[in-house]
Amino acid sequence: MPASVKSRTLIAGAAVPLLAAACLTGCAEKSKDGAEDGGVNVAAGDTACKVSDTTFPAGHVELHVENTGSKVTEVYVYAPGDRIVTERENIGPGTKADITTEIKAGSYEIACKPGMKGDGIRQKVTASGKGGTEKRDPKLDAAVASYRKYVQQQADETVPAAQKFADAVKDGDVEGAKKNYAVSRIGWERTEPVAESFGDIDPKVDVRADGVEEGQKWTGWHKLEKSLWEEKKISAADKKVADRLMTDLKDWQKRVGKAEITPTSMANGAKELLDEVATGKVTGEEERYSHTDLVDFEANVQGAQKAYDLLKPVAAKKDPELAKELDKQFTAIGKLLDEHRDGETFVSYDSVGKSERKKLADGVNSLAEPLSRLAAAVAA
Amino acid sequence: MTDEHSEHAGGAAPEQAEKTEQAEQARTDQQGQTDRQAQPARRSLLGWGGAGLALGAATAGGTAAALRTGNDAEAVSVDSGAPVPFHGEHQAGIATAVQDRLHFAAFDVITDDRAELIGLLKDWTRAAARMSQGEPVGKGAVGGPDWAPPDDTGEALGLKPSRLTLTFGIGPSLFDGTGKGKGGSKGKGRNKDRFGIAARRPAALEDLPAFPGDNLDARRSDGDLCVQACADDPQVAVHAIRNLARIGFGKVTVRWSQLGFGKTSSTTPEAQTPRNLFGFKDGTRNISGGDSAALDKHVWAGKKDGPDWMAGGSYLVARRIRMHIEIWDRTPLAEQETIIGRSKGEGAPAGRRRERDAVRMSAQPPAAHVRLAHPDTNDGIRLLRRGYSFTDGSDGLGRLEAGLFFLAYQRDVREGFVPLQRRLARDDTELNEYIQHVGSAVFAIPPGVRDSGDWWARQLFS
Repeated sequence: MPASVKSRTLIAGAAVPLLAAACLTGCAEKSKDGAEDGGVNVAAGDTACKVSDTTFPAGHVELHVENTGSKVTEVYVYAPGDRIVTERENIGPGTKADITTEIKAGSYEIACKPGMKGDGIRQKVTASGKGGTEKRDPKLDAAVASYRKYVQQQADETVPAAQKFADAVKDGDVEGAKKNYAVSRIGWERTEPVAESFGDIDPKVDVRADGVEEGQKWTGWHKLEKSLWEEKKISAADKKVADRLMTDLKDWQKRVGKAEITPTSMANGAKELLDEVATGKVTGEEERYSHTDLVDFEANVQGAQKAYDLLKPVAAKKDPELAKELDKQFTAIGKLLDEHRDGETFVSYDSVGKSERKKLADGVNSLAEPLSRLAAAVAA
Repeated sequence: MTDEHSEHAGGAAPEQAEKTEQAEQARTDQQGQTDRQAQPARRSLLGWGGAGLALGAATAGGTAAALRTGNDAEAVSVDSGAPVPFHGEHQAGIATAVQDRLHFAAFDVITDDRAELIGLLKDWTRAAARMSQGEPVGKGAVGGPDWAPPDDTGEALGLKPSRLTLTFGIGPSLFDGTGKGKGGSKGKGRNKDRFGIAARRPAALEDLPAFPGDNLDARRSDGDLCVQACADDPQVAVHAIRNLARIGFGKVTVRWSQLGFGKTSSTTPEAQTPRNLFGFKDGTRNISGGDSAALDKHVWAGKKDGPDWMAGGSYLVARRIRMHIEIWDRTPLAEQETIIGRSKGEGAPAGRRRERDAVRMSAQPPAAHVRLAHPDTNDGIRLLRRGYSFTDGSDGLGRLEAGLFFLAYQRDVREGFVPLQRRLARDDTELNEYIQHVGSAVFAIPPGVRDSGDWWARQLFS
């Protein structure tokens, strides 16, 4: 992400070189006619995203957006790492929209997305004032942005996969639902720590029977898992649970972009995914009816590896020994999982004996221990 | 077998028995006047090597008695919570006065990389040396960077060193890779000598044969490596094993472990003899940690014993012996005493009055454990016992899952535990009704770590 690197360099400098350099990039034009109320005008065209002021005071900020193009557009304000600060969708050609938000001092990007897709046309802006966020290695911001993209992609892929599963449940098709169950969970399992950071979604979609609190209605994947494998039939209530699951997953899909993600939360998330494996999958507790634990296991490892791969350029510089060990252990655990593959998927976990489970547990420990040191290697 | 088999009339040949008995009596009489603090400890005993050697020809009791007049200020008092020196000719935790608690762990090595194993042994030694002196591992449990888990797990913060000793051993399976350990097995085509040490396996490190009555659980037996952690505070012992296991992740995995309490043997003859879970005093005639002659004869592997790397080391047999506690408790007192060959209260050998009175064979019931385990009836075999009682809760049938975790150090397994247990398994029929061996392991215990540049089993890998 070279553009981002540049913007970081600029923030270190004074205001004048910032503007000069920004103009050199040809991507930002300083407009002298900012909005009268002190807000920021955003002209969202089909090929440009013009911002009236690239520097404005932190605090209450109003964006006056006008779609000057021919496509329906949307406008986002991104914090470093592409965290969505605010957004407005569905701004039709020729229409205007006001977006108000609270912005802390720091650097941001305003993105116009003509056609409402892609990364958008970006403008770097600065909210000036005290208490700005600390300067961070631009490589880490790039890592966070890429990871957020990955998380979003996993959510985007999960929704249709889960829909297939939910449809089968609603059709009363036990076998079809069983076939689509584990697959529908992969994207979720890969990025679970981000979903968990919202607090309210995880208990609705991924809670196990023993995790249901008093007064809480048991919903989500595992409720259906029990019906499919244990009761071997789909009730009318289950069909409602399937609908509920889709509603909750779509909610997750929408909110992923706003999740607070930092380099250390990525690293800790990776470790937490291994914790999940250690406490839920290796023991066979997670998928106690379907015994598809190894599918979750692999997804957890893949999600952890994604976070690590993105952080590796920075981590390897600070702690080369750690990076070497993590590379080795990720490879090792992949090989260990390979021993249990069965075509496209994995063998049923109830067929994995105690000594084999111990080997898996050893592999998890071997990886999780160095992984627990990743956060320190990317912390400022 | 309970922990009685090294019963001995004082470590001397049978013809000396009478003389020995007198010496023992004299020592026993002295006992009451002996101040607790005056007990000899390992460090002071080492300083008395010359005297120990001279007196060693007599009896263990004699040695100990003589030592009591030594420089007591130097001794590590049993209850002081003080550290035991980590470095020395022999590993600590063998001749060291037995601590109250045990956490024993057997590990399997899961790496096939010799350099990685050596690296671990160095890391382990460094951590063990620190912990034994009451220091935390690495950079400690607190004060490090916020974003990193602390090097030390922290539960021993503020606790005394508690005489922690960490004693390291190597199982047969590390040498040939074919043992029951199988820790590093990746299935077919396993390198049988993955660390290039097969040729250096000591002959004295014999795989234990199957003994009659054994009911061994593979998950509680064997292991490529072991660490015996003994301390007067259980949390200190558990902390030590936990941290070593953590350092070992990726290279070793805990195969099994055992907690022990209530030492069942003493290596300090002056101390009160502990009782095992049968309620009997156990280990009255154990080899004294101060009896250097007996240690050299029965415990330490000598240069001539071979291989060179084991000189100053020893061999450890660990047996998890389940006791059928409830059955035993229904046994009449007289029968219990007949089975053991000692009185329950005083601990006196059959036909004698005091605990430390010499065993009189003619008075021993024919199948008494004391008789059958006695060195005089076993070609003079003596083991240094360091066992602990264990209770791992209940067994699901409402019975105590309890017994003796038997630990015995010896110079050569072939001339120590193996012939003795062969005999006990066959002849100790009365006691065997109440016990069952359910776990078993044997380890070579390398010599001591000399200094801060040395590490566990360096000689083996050099």
